[in-house]
Amino acid sequence: MQRFTLSRRALGATALAPLAAPAFAQPAPIRIGELNSYARMAAFAVPYRNAMQQAQDAINAAGGVMGGRRIEFVFRDDGSTPGDAVRVADELLTRENVSFLAGTFLSNVGLAVADLANQRKRLFLATEPLTDAITMAQGNRYTWRVRPSTFMQTRMLVEAIRGRNVKRWAIVAPNYEYGQSAAANFKRLLPAAIPGAEIVAEQFPALGRVDAGATVGALGQARPDGIFNVLFGADLTAFVREGNTRGLFERRTVVSLLTGEPEYLIPLGEETPEGWIVTGYPWEQVTGMPAHQAFVDGYRARFNDTPRKGSLLGYVTVQIIAAMLNKAGTLETEAMVDALADLRTDSIVGPVVMRGIDHQGTLGTWVGETTLRGRAGAMKNSRYADGADFMFPPEEVRAARRSA
Amino acid sequence: MEWEFLLVQALSGLASASSLFVIASGLTIVFGVTRIVNFAHGSFYMLGAYVAVTIVPWLLEFDRSPWLFFAGVLLSALAVGAMGVVMEVLLLRRIYRVPELFQLLATFGVVLIVQDLVLLAWGPVDIPGPRAPGLRHGVDIAGQRFPAYELFLIFVGPAVLGLLWLLMHRTRFGVLIRAATQDREMVGALGVNQAMLFTGTLFLGAALAGLGGALQIPRVSANPQMDLSIITEAFVVTVIGGMGSVPGAFIAAVMIGLLQAFGVLVFPKITLVLVFLLMAAVLVVKPWGLLGRPEAAAGRAVLPEGILDPGRLDGLTRALVVVAVAAVLALPLLDAYAVKVGTEVLILALAAFSLNFLVGNGGIVSFGHAAYFGLGAYGAGLLVVKAGLPMEPALVAAPIAGGLAAALFGFFVVRLSGIYLAMLTLAFAQIAYAVVFQWVDVTGGDNGLVGVWPSRWAASREVYHYMVAAVTIAAIVLLRRVIHAPFGATLRAARDSAQRADAIGVDVRMHRWLGFILAGAAAGLAGGLYAFSKGSIDPTLLGIPMSVDFLSMLLLGGIQSVLGPVAGAAAFHALKDFFLPLTDHWRLFMGLSIIAMVLLFPRGLAGAWASLRRRPA
Repeated sequence: MQRFTLSRRALGATALAPLAAPAFAQPAPIRIGELNSYARMAAFAVPYRNAMQQAQDAINAAGGVMGGRRIEFVFRDDGSTPGDAVRVADELLTRENVSFLAGTFLSNVGLAVADLANQRKRLFLATEPLTDAITMAQGNRYTWRVRPSTFMQTRMLVEAIRGRNVKRWAIVAPNYEYGQSAAANFKRLLPAAIPGAEIVAEQFPALGRVDAGATVGALGQARPDGIFNVLFGADLTAFVREGNTRGLFERRTVVSLLTGEPEYLIPLGEETPEGWIVTGYPWEQVTGMPAHQAFVDGYRARFNDTPRKGSLLGYVTVQIIAAMLNKAGTLETEAMVDALADLRTDSIVGPVVMRGIDHQGTLGTWVGETTLRGRAGAMKNSRYADGADFMFPPEEVRAARRSA
Repeated sequence: MEWEFLLVQALSGLASASSLFVIASGLTIVFGVTRIVNFAHGSFYMLGAYVAVTIVPWLLEFDRSPWLFFAGVLLSALAVGAMGVVMEVLLLRRIYRVPELFQLLATFGVVLIVQDLVLLAWGPVDIPGPRAPGLRHGVDIAGQRFPAYELFLIFVGPAVLGLLWLLMHRTRFGVLIRAATQDREMVGALGVNQAMLFTGTLFLGAALAGLGGALQIPRVSANPQMDLSIITEAFVVTVIGGMGSVPGAFIAAVMIGLLQAFGVLVFPKITLVLVFLLMAAVLVVKPWGLLGRPEAAAGRAVLPEGILDPGRLDGLTRALVVVAVAAVLALPLLDAYAVKVGTEVLILALAAFSLNFLVGNGGIVSFGHAAYFGLGAYGAGLLVVKAGLPMEPALVAAPIAGGLAAALFGFFVVRLSGIYLAMLTLAFAQIAYAVVFQWVDVTGGDNGLVGVWPSRWAASREVYHYMVAAVTIAAIVLLRRVIHAPFGATLRAARDSAQRADAIGVDVRMHRWLGFILAGAAAGLAGGLYAFSKGSIDPTLLGIPMSVDFLSMLLLGGIQSVLGPVAGAAAFHALKDFFLPLTDHWRLFMGLSIIAMVLLFPRGLAGAWASLRRRPA
């Protein structure tokens, strides 16, 4: 029944349109399907969606894209499993008539949607999944990734400890793809940065279920000089508390992925350890980027909250989308894909290029040290590491993507 | 390794064991008395942590004394106990008379609701709790630093065990709990106020879960994923110890704590599966857990929960089936997305039907049916991705993979009965999950494998839909035929009374094993079809949530009817598809719908249909 009502209303609108046309010469907005784990990963995904809406409104207020068309995001929960996500993606493409897809959080969800995009020959802009596979071995023509990958962020950290006299290393990582591939990347990059370095212990607790006491005990027993940590979220808090009490981090170099991001730093609170070398997002210390400051001010005023790493990612993603649409000038998939190749966007954190050979964006992140300010964690001595300097070498990309 | 290190590692293990025991003791008591497998126990644990991180810092504002800290922890436990009472009075009390499995489904609905309510009340950001005043420091033990708070935790477990022993043996309430655990019907027959007893038990159980959660706040931050991370381990502890046995739970918790602490030294990646390996090993040797006893009611003639009389379809029901099949075939007239959803409903219907072949017809309650579904998907998917075979032979391999896995696991499973059987299926499913998850070179690990698409002729959504319709309907008709055949009747006989079936010469185990293999093969076929509809395979296909979904489908449909699960699959999937895009809080609505269905249709949709038919016109 409802379908008929809708189409009748649509018919009416079509009939009235010529009359109204002189007054509202507004073409239909460009619809973009954004699917993400809004329910299960709300700490990341909600600030991300906030910033996307902020960017969408800013672009529309400034006249839209492609010479006056508005953009409109259709947000959907991806159910946090590949099965649900593929169905939701299909719904966005067939029923919501979106021009292309963006989003996803978990790597397995991102890969499944990427393969669907390849099968259906539709564009998919993977924003958050970190797995290297999405741009390397399982990369395809229709899938592009914005955020720096596991490899890039690990490489930034390894560069930060280059040449230090820290030989014995222990690794602790959550037991799933992200943790395993971060550990593998670290093992691969370490010997070149610190000659003679060795891995003396590895711990892979199950995601979300770290047995902190046993893990800290096992790491300490190996007497490492340095620790490479990949734990995040609730696992990280438990690990840090246990390690602080047992003195695991004393007189040791700790290198830690993502820990400086507000998503993971805020819950650490007064337990924040001193001097860990981390990747993160010290939004209050970013200088020399006026557009970024405007973004932060706008975000805080509108949502009464501080921006997270997810917020930055969401905003930059929308800027890239706008640049792509302006360059392509059409909603035809092949043209949009071609427009993305080596597309340069002047984002709020400087230029971001979607590299053509591996479909990876050069968006960077900040590298610095953790410190305690009052009773909250913060970063110090941080600097922006441009993703362009930490990409996979081109020959490696060509070898990995041969099948793609 | 030095003995100092081993000692400290053992203490770490004991501290974890102690925490685990506090939580599991509540679960085992609730199960013992009410026979409800309470999925919501993990939610109470999470609520305990959230309440504690809210009121303990507030109390510590007055005075940073250890006493106020522990007063706050106890208050949190009592508050969570009160929530348990609310759940008992509002929900469980209304469904004690419905099949036991329904209660499980209702508590699962509570899990979904609590997850979203916690997000609404406390927000998505993890909340770190304060450390316990006076127990912040590390204690020097044999030259190693050990947290004082964990030393304290080591003593909490035995203290709770002692208090529970006193409660059980020195109070009337405790005596009633023990009596009900042994023989619930007898307690009722003796005129004990069961409503009060059950409410009290739920209070005790929820309060113990809340205490477990509140005691964790100096160690972990309160986070929205806590509930599901603890519930499986708590189940494992209660099963290994013997359902209903508090001392058994204590022994099991110590075993698991120590195993984890030393297991990570030898196999750092094994934590995923260690507890399930232990559970499977214990159940194979001791079918009722370490200190559990066979159920007193086991030999009694009770009305079975399941298909009583497969019967013949009456005219109107037959018309309904025809209409449903016609609707499925007419879906391509709607739009492409409706076809997609219709395809999935058909596949899930086959999976749910195969599960009901076990549960409703055979009385074999499987909590791990997703294992055979998922292994079927992997069997087909690996042939396509790794061996380069086309879809057709891969789809033949799917039921073989599911059937082989069912043959292997089923060999052990059919030796058990009741809840222990269910838990063993869960353990095997988790072991299969861990193998798929960990064997990255072959299975692609948790990223899974992509590129599992149908052959060219079936590539369009519509053609694939018709192909799936043909295969699934044929499989369902065949399975239904088996239910009506002597083999199906034999399974029902073995379900209703294993002894009597045995006495008339039926090889009960053999028949159940064959039934298990057949159901596994059908689930495997469904899994293969599912893989080709999604284009990818990954470990979530074998996960616990998938198994719970299947159970929900067949319960919604009605386990007493042959075709009910098909309707259940359609209803469940349609619900999910309706709520998922609607809002961030789809889990809340999903949970509410499940509970509403359990309350409105306590015998499932098929039961509601049957009673509608029987009503005089």
